Parts: sequence; structure tokens; C-alpha cells
Amino acid sequence: MSIFARVNRRSLTPYMFIAPAMIVMAIVTIYPLIFQFWMSFTNYGLANLRQGAPAPDWVGLENYVKILTSELSIPNYSFLRLFLYNIFWALSNVTIHIILGVAIALLLNHPGLKLKRLYRALYVLPVLIPPIVVATTWRNLFNQDSGAINMLLALVGQVFRIPPETFSIDWLRQVEDPISFIPLPLSYYAMLVANIWLGWPLNAVVATGALQAIPKDLYEAAEIDGAGKWASFKTITLTYLRPAMVPFAIYGFVVTFNLFSLAYFMSSGGPFGRTELLVTQAYRLVNERQLYAVGAAFAVVLFVILLTISLITNRISKATARYDDF
Amino acid sequence: MTTSKRRSFREPSLLTKILLQLAAIGILITVLFPIIWVFSVSLSPLNLIRPDGLNLIPKDATFEAYLQVIDRPTGNPVSFLELAFNSMKIAGGTALASVSLGVLAAYPLSRLAFRGRTFIMLVILGVLMLPAVATLAPLFVTLNGIKLNLPILGAFNLRNSQLGVGIAIVSGSLPFAIWNLKGYLDTIPRELEEAAAVDGASQVRIFRSIVLPLALPAIAVTGFLGFISGWTEFYYSWMFLTQPRDFTLAMALSAMTGTYASAIPWPLVSAFSIMLTLPPAIVYLLSQRFITGGLAVGSVKG
Repeated sequence: MSIFARVNRRSLTPYMFIAPAMIVMAIVTIYPLIFQFWMSFTNYGLANLRQGAPAPDWVGLENYVKILTSELSIPNYSFLRLFLYNIFWALSNVTIHIILGVAIALLLNHPGLKLKRLYRALYVLPVLIPPIVVATTWRNLFNQDSGAINMLLALVGQVFRIPPETFSIDWLRQVEDPISFIPLPLSYYAMLVANIWLGWPLNAVVATGALQAIPKDLYEAAEIDGAGKWASFKTITLTYLRPAMVPFAIYGFVVTFNLFSLAYFMSSGGPFGRTELLVTQAYRLVNERQLYAVGAAFAVVLFVILLTISLITNRISKATARYDDF
Repeated sequence: MTTSKRRSFREPSLLTKILLQLAAIGILITVLFPIIWVFSVSLSPLNLIRPDGLNLIPKDATFEAYLQVIDRPTGNPVSFLELAFNSMKIAGGTALASVSLGVLAAYPLSRLAFRGRTFIMLVILGVLMLPAVATLAPLFVTLNGIKLNLPILGAFNLRNSQLGVGIAIVSGSLPFAIWNLKGYLDTIPRELEEAAAVDGASQVRIFRSIVLPLALPAIAVTGFLGFISGWTEFYYSWMFLTQPRDFTLAMALSAMTGTYASAIPWPLVSAFSIMLTLPPAIVYLLSQRFITGGLAVGSVKG
């Protein structure tokens, strides 16, 4: 501790600085959260909204029980399906983002590639586009009648003499699962494509940064020791990538887990709510169904899930934080 | 493999170079394809039902979609500029509020020792974990119960106002701003401040003449991020606002595609998307250099 910090230990100055932000946060962030917790044990609904309306009744854990046992009287609601799909959605996306990100970073780092700066600049363009625009654009691309994806497929199909009518695929609304033994609707795959487009560039940026930090003589030394290309990739490249990629993968997992835009604007959760995420379901409960108390309880459940995820991921990132311990 | 020492630093073969270039161009095509498609659709005639194929410039290309967007993008009697002005007010106001309050709070959290510091940090971290959707119900219900009567604005329900939307946005953006700015201040060397303290400068003086100028790049970045998220904010504005004169750009875009609308006016939607995306993208591209160039490097001479 410097003199600097000690001098101020008893001073009121720190509180003077922090007070405005804390007062605002107490009113607009903390109070609503506490109020939300109280609401979640009531039957707060549309009837309690107008001024002078009676206070809602205390219903105890009823909202929580209904949410967790899928007893809510809204169509296509199943908590377990929602939860499992949400986990799978995030995991499958992040896995592909990382593999693609690292692979493309390796390409961008290859000494034989020209115009690297140009590619790097253009590859991150998707990141600059607002999420709502990304989702709307992909909804357009996957549109059954006027979408580019079906037209592109028909064009490729022509080469193999497949009639263009074959490619009138209703990507976002088709009810039958495309692969019979995998219980995922076609819109999941369409959203996966959209989110891969959106997700890998930042992973590539992070991986490129990590790759450039690897000392070149390590590869020389490995070669002198007779290590092959694969062996030096595994022992040197992956070892150096890990400390950068693991935290970013965790960040990506949380972001994808809560990715509102695609599930809301691209597929609208369809077909039959099967691509709904916890966050879009939470939004619909409050916005479309006006079930304020149930929405509040749902948010508390969501909070517990996110807390659990961050506790687990914290352990993972601590376990893999260092690369100098081998 | 006796000569292998030099091998990996040899020029790659021509074939390798060509393959690498092809791979990079292939990836580039997949990145640019959706963007080019939106441009192409935005140039199509408004009455277009089905594009006649994958053309860069569509047949009968026209700017009528853009003119329509500027004049009246949705069924409501609101022009693009009015929508953009509303989004601008919400984005600018919330970014300014959270950055100015945030930098004041970040300074003691990064530099000063005081009782309750750890607790405050934990609370902020916990709040940061929540997605914006998570506080929708209580904010809606609470703000709905507040009727205001202000001198210029007149009487209104706080929930059904841009001020209410701004308050709801700040509930999430302020904790983020504090955390981000604190993280940046932690990386600035303390020597200058310690020297100033030894010379007898007060905390307020140190903050104003040393910390604030050094934190400018982080303030700019945090403010920009706050502005971007406000510019396209959807959850609260869609839930809170009911008067067309208050509507924002994101609300209009969502209304145009309508969750279940079957006949979506794609040329209009595409032109609108481009006009919504360009302002922040241009600001980002212009300010990128300033933001990274204005770092605190070199303020302490060894």
C-alpha cells in the first residue's frame, strides 16, 4: 500500500465520488430487483396494474412450481425442453465458433497468405451490424419464397439436374425434423448458420492475437527435436491458444446462451416454440402474456441458472488459466 | 530430415499460396454475401414479390425503397428522421448519464481504500450477470405507477415515455460503465497521481486534472458502446412506449417485419436496415484510430 491509499482511509472523499452512481443504482437497479423478488411470490397481473387497483395476493411458491413443472397455461411451454435446448444451443454454437475461429486465425497467420490486413478488416464486418438487423437479414435470406438461400441451392441444384422446385424449403417454419433421429427443428440449423456467420470473426481476432504472441523459436526447437507438424501444433500452438481462448469461450457461451435477437426476430421461437430461449420466453411472459408475477419468478429462475453457470465456468477458467505450469 | 531446420521458414510453394488465397477469398464471400444481398434487395422496386435471381443490381433497380423509408417507413405517420431523433435522444442520454456517473464511481473503486468497497464490487458484478430482459417486469410495473407533471413536458406516465425507457436502460448500462471504466483505470500507472498527492493536490483536483484526461479513451469507448446499445435498444422501448411519436428505429424495424407477418416488404426492410446500421458503423470506423491512439502510453517518463 502506498502512502496515497493510507492517507485517505478515513476520508469521506471516496463516498462523495461514488454516491451519485450508488443512489441512482439503488433506485433503478437494486430496488427493481428486490421488488421483482417480492413480485415473484404474488399473482401480480394486468388487474393490479392500473392506479388504485387492489394489491396482488401472496401465492407463495406457486409461480415457481408452475414454471418448473411446465404447468403454465401458455402454448408450447416446457421448462425442461427450453432449458436443455438453451444449453445445447449455446454449446453447439460456441464449439463451432472456436474451431472455425482458430482455423481461420491459422490461415490469417500463415506466411504464404497475401493481403492479410484486408482480410482481417473485412472479416469483422458482421460484428459492426446491430443484432436486430443481423436477425432480420437472416430471416430474409432463409425466407421460403424470396430468400437467397433457396435460390442459391436451386442454382447449385441445376448443375446436378435437380428441379428448382425441390428448394422451396420453409427453413424457419418447417415442422418435421430434417434428421429423424435428432430432435431439432430445421430452424435450429438455419439459426446455427446465422450465428456462425456472426460468431466466428471475434474468435478469430482473439486467436490471431494469441498466435502472434507465440515465440517463433519454439517451433524451430520442436523441429530440431524431430517433432512433426501435428505434434508441434498440439504441444505449442494449442498450449498457447488455451489461456486466451478459454475465457473467451466462456464469455461466448454466456452471450450465446442469452442471445435474444435470433430467437426473437429470426425464428420467433418457432416452430411451436422449439427454438425459444429462456430470455425470449421471459420476454414473452411479460410483454405478450402480461403475466408480470410469473415473468418475475422466471427471471429469478434465470438468475439462478446464470449464477450456477458462472460458478462452474469460474472453476473451469481457474483450472486452465495458466500455460506456464506444464 | 537433416536439413529440416530451415524448412518451416522457406518460402511456401506456389500451390500452397494459391490454395491459401482461394480459402481466404471463399471465406470472404460467405462474410460479404448477406451484406451484399441486403444492398441488392434494398434497390429492388417496392412492389417486388420475389427477386428474379441472385443479381448484384436487381432488374429495374430504384431508390424508391430509400425514399419511402425517409418519408414514412411504417404505417404510422412518423418519418425516418423522427425515429432516428428518438433513438438518438435515448442513446445519447443514457450513454452520457452512465458514463458520467460511471467514471465518478470507477475512480474510488480503482484507487481509494474505503469501507464497503468489496461489497459494492460484488453487487455490481452480480447485476452485470443479468440479461436486460431480467428486470423487465419490475421496471414496467414500477414506472407504470409513476405519474409525472413536469414544466415543459406536461403530465405523463413515466412508463409510457422516453424518459422511462432511458431510466430502464441506465439500470443495466450504469453497472457496465462502472465496471468497464474501473477496469481501465486499474491499468493506468499511479505514479502521476502519487506525485500530485505528495505535492498536496486534493482528491478532486487529482481526479479532474490527471485521472479524467488519462481515462478519456476509455470514456470514449464506454460511451460509444452505451450509445450503440441505446441506438438499437428494443426490449424496454417495445414494451413501454405506445405513442407513435415516441417510437424508435428498432421498434419500427420490428414492426415492419411483424412477428408473424407473412407479406414482409423486404426492399423497405432492407433499406431501413442499411440506414439504421450505417451511422454507428461509420462513427466506429472513423473513431477507431483515435480511440486506440489516445492510450495512456508515455505519460510516465522513466
